[in-house]
Amino acid sequence: MSVPARAAVLIVAFLAVVGLGIFVAVYYIGSATTQLPIVHYTASNGQTNVVLQEDPQNDSATRPDWVTYYTQDPTTKQWLHTTLFSVPANTKVNVTIYGYDGCTPLRNNFWSVVQGTIGNTVTVQQFSKNNTPLGSAQSTSVINSWSDCNAGHTFAIPGMNIYVPVASPNALNSANNLCSSSPCTPTSGGAYALETFSFMSPSHTGTYRWQCLIPCGGGYIDGNSGPMQTLGWMMGEMDVVS
Amino acid sequence: MTTTETPAAGAPESRSEPNHALRLFLIWFVLALAADLVIWFVWYPHMPPGRMSDAARHQQFDIAVLAISAAPVIIFVLLYFVYAIVVWRAGAGDDSDGAPIYGNTKVQATWIIGTTAIVLWLFVFGTVELVVPAGAGAGEGPSPIWKLAGTQSATWTPGTNTMLQVQVIGQQWTFTYRYPQFGGMESAELMLPVDTPVTFHVTSLDVIHSFWAYQLAVKADANPLVDNVAYVTPKALGSVTVRCNELCGIWHGAMFNYGQVVSQSAFESWASGVQAKEQADGVLAALPPYTLTYDPTVIPQLGKNLVKIDGITGSPGYYYEPSNPVTP
Repeated sequence: MSVPARAAVLIVAFLAVVGLGIFVAVYYIGSATTQLPIVHYTASNGQTNVVLQEDPQNDSATRPDWVTYYTQDPTTKQWLHTTLFSVPANTKVNVTIYGYDGCTPLRNNFWSVVQGTIGNTVTVQQFSKNNTPLGSAQSTSVINSWSDCNAGHTFAIPGMNIYVPVASPNALNSANNLCSSSPCTPTSGGAYALETFSFMSPSHTGTYRWQCLIPCGGGYIDGNSGPMQTLGWMMGEMDVVS
Repeated sequence: MTTTETPAAGAPESRSEPNHALRLFLIWFVLALAADLVIWFVWYPHMPPGRMSDAARHQQFDIAVLAISAAPVIIFVLLYFVYAIVVWRAGAGDDSDGAPIYGNTKVQATWIIGTTAIVLWLFVFGTVELVVPAGAGAGEGPSPIWKLAGTQSATWTPGTNTMLQVQVIGQQWTFTYRYPQFGGMESAELMLPVDTPVTFHVTSLDVIHSFWAYQLAVKADANPLVDNVAYVTPKALGSVTVRCNELCGIWHGAMFNYGQVVSQSAFESWASGVQAKEQADGVLAALPPYTLTYDPTVIPQLGKNLVKIDGITGSPGYYYEPSNPVTP
């Protein structure tokens, strides 16, 4: 075989290997993110309403025992097992989170402090397993996860300095009364906490990651893995669109 | 290192050879001098990490010196390659054997002595540059050998040489900062006063991270249950980018935030304000007492206060029972 022929074979073989590597990477990495639906929230009168819930389990076939967030489709009101959503830029984002999961203490109790929301506060209303309000809604700037275990998870967007502890159902009230079938509903038989807060979306478009800061990956070393490190479960992305 | 010599006996013909060594030396000298001048006067002022702190200035100087030391060597090697290809290539139709190669003691000795001198110089230079700036911004572990000069005090006052203590806490995937001289208040933003000696106590609450304050030239591993100490003195006002420099999970690449170097009076105002607010909001009471490290698996307070119903916290205050997790 001549030198040019051998060189051509080598180049073709090299390109084939590189191409295969790129294909595998794009196929698997691409599929890992694009399989998750993205919920699009639109603005009305300069505001948009994002609705989430966090559950002690989920309806997946592969990891039914992982804790997870669900996102509500604003049109159909269906709960989608995704943590990807988009909001318009420069808009007041009103967030509602249904906290169906029980408490887990923060590793750093500093995140018990509400940061980055409008007024640096959240409003929490506790409900019984019968969907009955317990007391009145409370506006607070701290949900102390080290005091009677008040926080279930957190909703944090570090890129926007937003750190919000998400209240868990009242510990005494929710004993053995957590929702056991996901996605949960207020009438599904579990106590829950309803938490609301607002923040302003950035004026420029972009993707902002959000996550839970409570080590809630039960069954994994120190709770740091599993749902804590998987898109669609306890971490997600918020697209800010024009 | 070897060179070629043509033995007198049996030589096919004698040719008039130019003085290659002199040629190489002159060309090398001009190129090396030009490169070093460019490095020092043009490149050096723009080299990372800048001059925002004493450690940064030292690191920038170190990189410049290393570049100046390396450039002549690189230029010599490349020059020799190019010179050999151009001058000593075989002519068209020349199928004769190359000249035999013999050892040359002078060349070998020059190479060995030269490279040894360079390595020893860099060893001495590197050691001095590590010791003089008190660790050069690197983490020195819990018991630093080279300490930055400054007065130790339980409080910090502007206009003095009091060392500011800042604890850096890494966790997936963000950093927070505690200031023990301001009641142990904690902030998600790194704020530092200019012209003040600073002691960073770097630790982690979960996995291994690395605190890298780029413009300050500070880099220290953040390990759970380890107090890794690093020193710096900010010398200029401005913004600081803090990144994690240790692969720590899926969002390691997004683990960064920003800090500010401000005037001493502005810093005192900010720190006192945050302390007062956290005091009023009950945040300080909610935080654990300031210590150099925190056990990521145990929260002693929970053993006393927690109404343990349905959380995954075990007693007495463990996050998980000793048998958890069950390894798959």
